[in-house]
Amino acid sequence: MIQINIDFQKCKACEYCVSICPKHVLALGEAVNAKGYHSAEVRFAEACVGCAMCAIMCPEAAIEILKSKDKLSERSEQ
Amino acid sequence: MEFEYIYKKPSALTSKANSYCPGCMHSTANKLIAEVLEELDMVGKTIAVFPVGCAVLSADYFLTDMTIAAHGRAPSVACDIKRCRPDKLVFAYQGDGDLSSIGMCETIHTANRGENIAVIFINNAIFGMTGGQMAPTTLVGQASTTGGKSRNPDDVGYPVKMCELINQFKAPKYIARFAMDSVPHIRDAKKGIRKAFELQLNGGGYSFVELISNCSTNWKTTPLQSLEFIREKMIPYYPLGEFRVPEEM
Ligand SMILES: Cc1ncc(C[n+]2csc(CCOP(=O)(O)OP(=O)(O)O)c2C)c(N)n1
Ligand code: SF4
Ligand code: SF4
Repeated sequence: MIQINIDFQKCKACEYCVSICPKHVLALGEAVNAKGYHSAEVRFAEACVGCAMCAIMCPEAAIEILKSKDKLSERSEQ
Repeated sequence: MEFEYIYKKPSALTSKANSYCPGCMHSTANKLIAEVLEELDMVGKTIAVFPVGCAVLSADYFLTDMTIAAHGRAPSVACDIKRCRPDKLVFAYQGDGDLSSIGMCETIHTANRGENIAVIFINNAIFGMTGGQMAPTTLVGQASTTGGKSRNPDDVGYPVKMCELINQFKAPKYIARFAMDSVPHIRDAKKGIRKAFELQLNGGGYSFVELISNCSTNWKTTPLQSLEFIREKMIPYYPLGEFRVPEEM
């Protein structure tokens, strides 16, 4: 299982992550952060393959990606 | 459930939002430097020298020791610090107005002396902070507030290629140009920064790492459009690659 954490306040809505994600997991959200940006949000978490391309492209280091260490739980989910 | 990181924010940066514009690759460059410092376990043993220009906004964002130099003087300040504190990792972080315009003299003589520092050069082909004036690196045909709709080489000459210029000197050890517009390019750029820092730590020598960057605010593009400008206009004129690598690397 992959977990994507986007820092709501650090995102500046540049859309690099949205455009780079091969699985179209991310999109800009409706909510506006303290600096006035429509922060990116996770739309289709289940499609994420954990390639971390979004996190590598994000200038703000606003995206962190984690994966579950538990191989068994991964298998039972499938 | 137990999780492990695939990508984790580097610990050398504060957790607050920085002041760069959306999509500005100063932020990308900061992130890469911070990742390398963390990997080399040098966060607490580094002195950064920031310049004048948007590049100075990084001073608010890094958790290393640092100082800020007068416009263009960052490499001179960096080499003074390195000569006094050879145990520290010292780098100068400069924009193109700072490094190739007002600071050209300092840039060239620091390189020619082969000072044991790393210079990270952010080339966004324009003066960012002051509102889009022409830089020595502004492309032929590119608009700027002081060069008009299109840089005219008959009037103001051609854009300066800093890596190629520094490659004329004998003393520099590592000279390379990278871009930050795509995942493979960002990976290469990080490897280059790492080589520059490792070189300084292992015996030493001058390194110059140019990072082709953007300024969508003054280019008057969206961040995504600025990626196209980098690919279509910047990289063809400023070829990417390593110009000089020490034999042992
Ligand atoms: C001695 C001096 N001259 C001029 C300025 C005005 N000034 C501030 S930033 C800047 C240009 C910086 O451009 P660049 O180095 O390309 O950095 P960027 O903002 O694009 O990161 C200038 C000319 C100054 N602060 N000090
Ligand atoms: S790349 Fe980063 S700053 Fe840009 S929209 Fe995505 S999360 Fe936000
Ligand atoms: S003005 Fe340009 S160089 Fe300065 S922060 Fe904005 S995009 Fe970056």
